Amino acid sequence: MTILHFYCWIIIVIAEIKMLELRIPSCADRLKLVRSVVNCAGQMFGFKDEEVDSLVLAVNEACMNIMQHAYCEREGEIILEIIDKHNELVFRLTDFADTVDKSCIKPRDLSDIRPGGLGVHLMQEVMDDVSFFDGPNNKGNVVELSKKLQQREGA
Amino acid sequence: MMEFDVTTEDKYTVIALKGEVDLHYSPTARKQILKYLGKNQNVLVDLSQVDYIDSSGVASLVEGYQLAKNNQIKFGLVGASDAALHVLQLARLDKIFPMYANLKECLDT
Repeated sequence: MTILHFYCWIIIVIAEIKMLELRIPSCADRLKLVRSVVNCAGQMFGFKDEEVDSLVLAVNEACMNIMQHAYCEREGEIILEIIDKHNELVFRLTDFADTVDKSCIKPRDLSDIRPGGLGVHLMQEVMDDVSFFDGPNNKGNVVELSKKLQQREGA
Repeated sequence: MMEFDVTTEDKYTVIALKGEVDLHYSPTARKQILKYLGKNQNVLVDLSQVDYIDSSGVASLVEGYQLAKNNQIKFGLVGASDAALHVLQLARLDKIFPMYANLKECLDT
């Protein structure tokens, strides 16, 4: 690593700013609150309206997945962190449910018309990256959704 | 918040969903859709006043579509709002559901 690379790395690390941390119970009636927060964060960050709608859809789907498949509609807590990574906005959702086998989390074949199973597809369709990890100390699960801010004309 | 109205138009029961069809409210939408399909009534779901729909709401529509298909009764979507249409397009379902711009278009078909 050259000195220039090292300084660039330092600048990128420093540029990571946690905009918000929200702890919510795993209840479907809190999804509206999550959507409102994501909407505000997306607008503050400078995304266009249709991009903000996509962020809201993706984070809502990620929360739903946790409620339905990690906590299996039982009680639990979800932490939403919104992180400003210079020109990229990252949504990190952490749960404390049993660890889920990440190899099982994949989009389904859309030609198979049936109810359910669309969440991962929708997240991947509208975000630049969707990654699943085990939680700290192999407890719980973490999903990170990120989207880069496109350079605007005249910006 | 989601509300719904149920009306009858010609040979169709029209279920108009209004507001946000998310995980909290989609069970209500599902119940209404399956209730009328279960009575062998043709069903149209009016999505013109839907501000938001997630995959659980879409799943309710798919369930209705499949039940109608199996029972050979009519099921379709009317006047999908931009928000609803966007999600249906992302799920590649806009080409699967019978979709009509408005009620008149459906009744004239």
